[in-house]
Amino acid sequence: MRATGPDSLLVIVPAFNEEGAIGEVVRSVRDSVPGVPVLVIDDCSTDNTVAVAQAAGADLLTLPHHLGLGGCVQAGYKLAFELGYEYVIRVDGDGQHIASDIPRVLEKLKETGCEMVIGARTDHDEAWHPGRLRTWGIQFFRWVLRPILGRSVSDPTSGFVGVNRRALALFTRSFPLEYPEIEALVVLQRRRFRFEEIPCKMRPRRTGRSSITAWKSISYIVHVLLGVFVNVLRYERRFHRSGRDSGSGG
Amino acid sequence: MDRLLNVSAGISALLFVIVLVSVRRSRIRAEYSVSWLLATGAMLVLSLARPVLNQVRQVLGLPDTPLAIFLLGSGVFLVVFFRFTTIVSHLRDDNIALAQRVAILEHYIRDLQKE
Repeated sequence: MRATGPDSLLVIVPAFNEEGAIGEVVRSVRDSVPGVPVLVIDDCSTDNTVAVAQAAGADLLTLPHHLGLGGCVQAGYKLAFELGYEYVIRVDGDGQHIASDIPRVLEKLKETGCEMVIGARTDHDEAWHPGRLRTWGIQFFRWVLRPILGRSVSDPTSGFVGVNRRALALFTRSFPLEYPEIEALVVLQRRRFRFEEIPCKMRPRRTGRSSITAWKSISYIVHVLLGVFVNVLRYERRFHRSGRDSGSGG
Repeated sequence: MDRLLNVSAGISALLFVIVLVSVRRSRIRAEYSVSWLLATGAMLVLSLARPVLNQVRQVLGLPDTPLAIFLLGSGVFLVVFFRFTTIVSHLRDDNIALAQRVAILEHYIRDLQKE
């Protein structure tokens, strides 16, 4: 699974109890970008996620215990970095992201040279129906992030994200643990790294339920808000703790 | 007033003994017992040595002794809790890094076995 060539791409799929969707996700990624390895990072699922992903042709990274989304994604980034990949695109395991958008994300990464490209849901996407609380939450974080990032971001909560090797190197050392998408933008901004967005359509979740329920949305907002400000105020030395890997925030 | 100080001394002494016994039975690692022993020791001294407590109360400008013992106790234990929060945070970071490393090494092993 080692990277081959200067533009090597790895698609990572963090998954936790996604047996109903993961097979189709892996197959659709393999159809959209033939020859590109697909790495499913299993966050200690209790169902048949591992077997289904393996049967669909994915490589597997199996965590020994449940780490949560951030720890799960960071494990994939660490492996990709060690294997020498130049680009990594993350697709969620619930089937909401459309795999045929992966080449567009990759193209944007190459074309702009920016460190991160977000596949952003647009407000006009008819297939996407977030709850009212979640919509408010997204609006709220757009408002909070604008002065911090120095620019607007339309979908800070999207998990459809591509990164290049510079961002990969940063995220192997410092990556938010619980709700990583928004905080990761702040981590990037601290390093003056750039990100771009491309509009993408999303499908409704195919199976299972989102981990972010209405009640959890409030906890999500509080946690992420705290995480954002902690990252803004973070003492730089924490990025360089010698001799040890570290997650952050969460 | 004396009763309050006696109760404070009793609780501190009890905690001190519980920590010592826990260390002896290896329930607490010795390095993590130091904060508790210092905190309970300090509370014990303040509760038993009335002149010391009065001196501290005057330095802090507090009007009465019960308030002083309450504030000092709260302060000492808040420091201990903070210390343990930093320890737990480091342990969690280390735990996550180790779990990720184990997963990555297992991945390499599976790759080698395939070859």
